[in-house]
Amino acid sequence: MSELNQAMAARYRNDFLREVEANVEEGHWVRMCMQCGVCAGSCPLGPYWEHPPQEIFMMIRANKREEVLASSSMWMCTSCYNCIVRCPRGLPITHIMHGLAHYAARLGLAPKTQPTRRFAEMFWDNLMKKGRVNELKLGLGLYFMNGFAEGVKTALAKRPIGQAMLRAGRMSPMELVRPHKVKDIQGLKAMIAKARELEEARTTGGSAG
Amino acid sequence: MAEKRRYSFYPGCSSQKSASSSNYLVSTQAVCESLDIELNEIPDWNCCAASIGYAKGGELPRLALSARNIALSEQAHPDQDIVATCAACWLATRETQERVQADPELRREMEVVLEAGGLKAEFRKPVRHMVEVLVEDVGYEAIREKVTRPLEGIKIAGYVGCQTNRPFGIAGESFENPVYLDKMVEAVGAEPVEHYEKKVQCCGGALMFSEPEKCQAMVKDIIEAAYDGGAEMIVTPCPVCQMNVEIYQDEINKRYGTRFRMPVVYYTTLMAVAFGRSAKEAGLDGQVIRAEKLEQIAGK
Ligand code: SF4
Ligand code: SF4
Repeated sequence: MSELNQAMAARYRNDFLREVEANVEEGHWVRMCMQCGVCAGSCPLGPYWEHPPQEIFMMIRANKREEVLASSSMWMCTSCYNCIVRCPRGLPITHIMHGLAHYAARLGLAPKTQPTRRFAEMFWDNLMKKGRVNELKLGLGLYFMNGFAEGVKTALAKRPIGQAMLRAGRMSPMELVRPHKVKDIQGLKAMIAKARELEEARTTGGSAG
Repeated sequence: MAEKRRYSFYPGCSSQKSASSSNYLVSTQAVCESLDIELNEIPDWNCCAASIGYAKGGELPRLALSARNIALSEQAHPDQDIVATCAACWLATRETQERVQADPELRREMEVVLEAGGLKAEFRKPVRHMVEVLVEDVGYEAIREKVTRPLEGIKIAGYVGCQTNRPFGIAGESFENPVYLDKMVEAVGAEPVEHYEKKVQCCGGALMFSEPEKCQAMVKDIIEAAYDGGAEMIVTPCPVCQMNVEIYQDEINKRYGTRFRMPVVYYTTLMAVAFGRSAKEAGLDGQVIRAEKLEQIAGK
């Protein structure tokens, strides 16, 4: 268990709703949910969710801390915003899902092998290197995320797609040698470091409230 | 002739040269040229983190990425609206603008963050999608007037997808049945599929990489509904929709025993061809599934 997780569990003892309100992006909205089920019924990956959004909100109020944070559910969100435009109470559900996912990852509770989690991390790391996403490296990294042998297999299986993109001029091997990049990458990185510092101060440094 | 319209342009990572939607950029440039629209690229812009960066980038770091682009735009093009072609870029930038405007505490934090990069911003500019520029500033009538090669006899399914439609959407359009793509299809002389049932269905977005089976099942429905409506091609405003619906058709055919071969193009591709531009300027060479009918018209 991570130190941060222990500290947070101790700080909010038995009040997971309050913990979510204070630490999760847009978490203060959770209390507004009236359990109508519209979001769950609107979700394109609905049938695959361990717990659809409505259930997640209920579980937060029922204090099921570990069950929520360790769930793969939030990682099933495709960011389609169907739930947001339909929720009669106006909850920013998509953002809460992203927020819960991020918080679970910070606490070290998010499922480590969940593929979308891993892809999301790779995406962020990729964009932080040069300030812009390198699609080719991202794609290659994706194929090799389950180890080298597996990667060679996937890369071969996906070869027709890669070749078609190459032929259509929508992918270039040059991205490996001379990638697109932000000139003032130092400035960008300084900004992100500052943003991270302020955000962490909100949770770890903030008072228990 | 009307005065030149000028915008501060945010192309986004997928539109860069040789990137997955570089053909979107090519056709957009052609259309803008024909309509006397000037796109001024935001100098040294960075990635917006799309909708998937959240695992590592918390709220403030994610919003900071867009804040930097906004600051650079204010500096370089102080009196021009920001315009994006990619749905995710538009959404992230507009959301940052609105959240900072609405939340004084967030604004204070963002000012500190920008300062660390030697920047500052007022967060006052409208952040718009290229579709808004075409519909609101240019208008269907002016688009119609530019058509020299009407796309007659082609039936096209307007696939709007998610993020150009939600949560912001195009003013005056419904989330459940937006019709601006259909109107664009009509304006260039083609025929829109009426009641295209999967018009706002999610394509899976970035989850196409991590949950391919589930997302391919959704894309199968999107293509099938287009065939059911009698469509010969699909048109979309979104780079992710375009890619997800176009390039996995072979895999879907293998998985489901279907025989899909449905071209998926951008609205800008349609306009560029109808405006008399060459196949190359319309970005037709960027199709993985070739849009042969459009090639024929462009070759005339
Ligand atoms: S649609 Fe809104 S109010 Fe209804 S269950 Fe979902 S979050 Fe709660
Ligand atoms: S935004 Fe996420 S939670 Fe909401 S309907 Fe779409 S996939 Fe489901």
